[in-house]
Amino acid sequence: MSSRTANAAQPRGEAFAGSEPLHGPMITTAKPKFKRSRISSRHQEWIAGYLFVLPDALGLLVFLGLPMLLSLVLGLYEVDGFGSYRFVGMANYAKMMSDRLFWQSAKVTALYAVMLVPLLYVCGLGLALLVQKTNRFNGFIRSMFFAPHMISLVVVALVWQFLVVDKIGVLTRLASALGFSGISLLGDPDFALFTVVAVSVWFLMGYYMLIFLGGLQDIPAMYYEAATMDGAGPFARFWYITLPLLKPTSFFVIMISMVAAVAGSQAFDIIWVMTSGGPANSTSVLIVYIYQQAFGFGAFGYAAAMSSILVISLMVLTGLMFLLTRGGRFNYD
Amino acid sequence: MTKKPSLYFSASQVTLVRLVWMTVAAILALMIIFPLLWMTSISFKTAQDAFSPTLLPAAPTFGNFTYVITEVPFVRYMANSLFVSATVTVVALFFHSMAGYALARLRFPGRELIFLAIFSTLLVSLPVIIVPLFIIVRAMGMLNTYAGIIVPSVFNAFGIFLLRQYYLSLPREIEEAAVIDGAGYWRIYWSVILPLSKPILAALAILFFLANWNAFLWPLTVASDQNLWVVQVGIANFKSEYSAAWNYMMAASTIVAIPTLVLFLIFQRQIMDSIKTSGLK
Repeated sequence: MSSRTANAAQPRGEAFAGSEPLHGPMITTAKPKFKRSRISSRHQEWIAGYLFVLPDALGLLVFLGLPMLLSLVLGLYEVDGFGSYRFVGMANYAKMMSDRLFWQSAKVTALYAVMLVPLLYVCGLGLALLVQKTNRFNGFIRSMFFAPHMISLVVVALVWQFLVVDKIGVLTRLASALGFSGISLLGDPDFALFTVVAVSVWFLMGYYMLIFLGGLQDIPAMYYEAATMDGAGPFARFWYITLPLLKPTSFFVIMISMVAAVAGSQAFDIIWVMTSGGPANSTSVLIVYIYQQAFGFGAFGYAAAMSSILVISLMVLTGLMFLLTRGGRFNYD
Repeated sequence: MTKKPSLYFSASQVTLVRLVWMTVAAILALMIIFPLLWMTSISFKTAQDAFSPTLLPAAPTFGNFTYVITEVPFVRYMANSLFVSATVTVVALFFHSMAGYALARLRFPGRELIFLAIFSTLLVSLPVIIVPLFIIVRAMGMLNTYAGIIVPSVFNAFGIFLLRQYYLSLPREIEEAAVIDGAGYWRIYWSVILPLSKPILAALAILFFLANWNAFLWPLTVASDQNLWVVQVGIANFKSEYSAAWNYMMAASTIVAIPTLVLFLIFQRQIMDSIKTSGLK
């Protein structure tokens, strides 16, 4: 094993290689000379392993791990607009408990998730079943189902806002033609969240359709053949074969959509552009409220305290997933 | 399974069922892409015409596009988006494939622990850490810089996870030949592993590029300097200035949506296949 291994990745490897001469440029085209170096090949593998992982590990640590940790710490401070910190202990958390808008946002987040997750499951699976068979026509239809997912959420929000403009938007007019006249789909606190959920479903269902199609593909056709021979109809086949064998996929879909809904991965962009949390805070999901507190009022400490609640709940969800899937394996064996 | 005679339906009934099935699918598909058709249609309509209920503009005009491009520095925003997305994609694929290779193939103490740590960040998405992340990036002096937009977007566990799974599935014999030739690990990675990962790297490249082109929250937060705005921030801001001018806004939306839609038209199979298998295998 030549010592170029490690030294190509990072010059540090050279120090360990000891007597090895410098090879000049990091990647030479010359054939590596087969030389035994002083450190054993096992240790070379160690060093190489660490060096290969280093850039990503460091990046993840600084830009993901550290923020996660910091959100816990920062929540104990009061941070003013000029960036000075004052330790306040649990004051931010106490403030949270009595903040009516925090509870309102928590409620909206929960409502959003409770509506979004089942809707995505049903719509995603429904679309997948509709175009399950692989042929040209279905390939074309699948692309159309998936097309909305290609658009940025900002544009999605703009286009939908245009569709539901009070009185003159196309969908508003369609609604009044169907007998629901005078409805303000974004201006009425009773409807705004539904509209946001509908837009989220429209954007996401094509994606989940594909995940379901991947899962359906893995179900051996012979199960269906055998069931048909035994006289099972389409509904029996769906209920006794498709659904049970789709369990890993279902689990994955519910998990991922739940996490996205709670974190507000899609909700933030949509809500920020369409309603900014209004009307009457009816679409103010936690992440929108956190963002407003931090970047609108400069209350970074309070915002971090609220973020920490999200971080902790997501960590619990991830831990649960890791346990239930035995390390991210989404299959049975 | 439908090739075999069904026990329940006659042949003609089966054809009928299929026809109904296809019609339902086609109608649904049209309903689903209707907002996109509408967006494109309005962008060719005049201001007075914007709310007329016809899909085809009565007097199609390019005026909205020229207005949007000349009044707002959309070309600059697009260039910024392109630069940011391409850089993030290339750097991320490079780092992730290195890490994925090491985590799948090299044996070193603490490997499982490192993987577990990476895995634990899999579901932590940007919104929940945006406040502390902003404070860290501010402390590093990267507010209002390209680096500030780009660097934090590079690192995510998803790519590492998928690449590791892919490398686990490669047969070991491939590397063994290289090891016998006396190649070091860097050489194995560079001239054996990387060429073998072309399909998955291509798929991930498309996904990463799309995700970064469409990203809004982080660029909005980290860059207030208008010269650094990416196209999503640009259009959101455009909305607050021209909130009633829907024909301009839809023209701007169409401009922003076109690059990703074109990418989709070219790579639809690769994009859809890579999503179909992501995370599940």
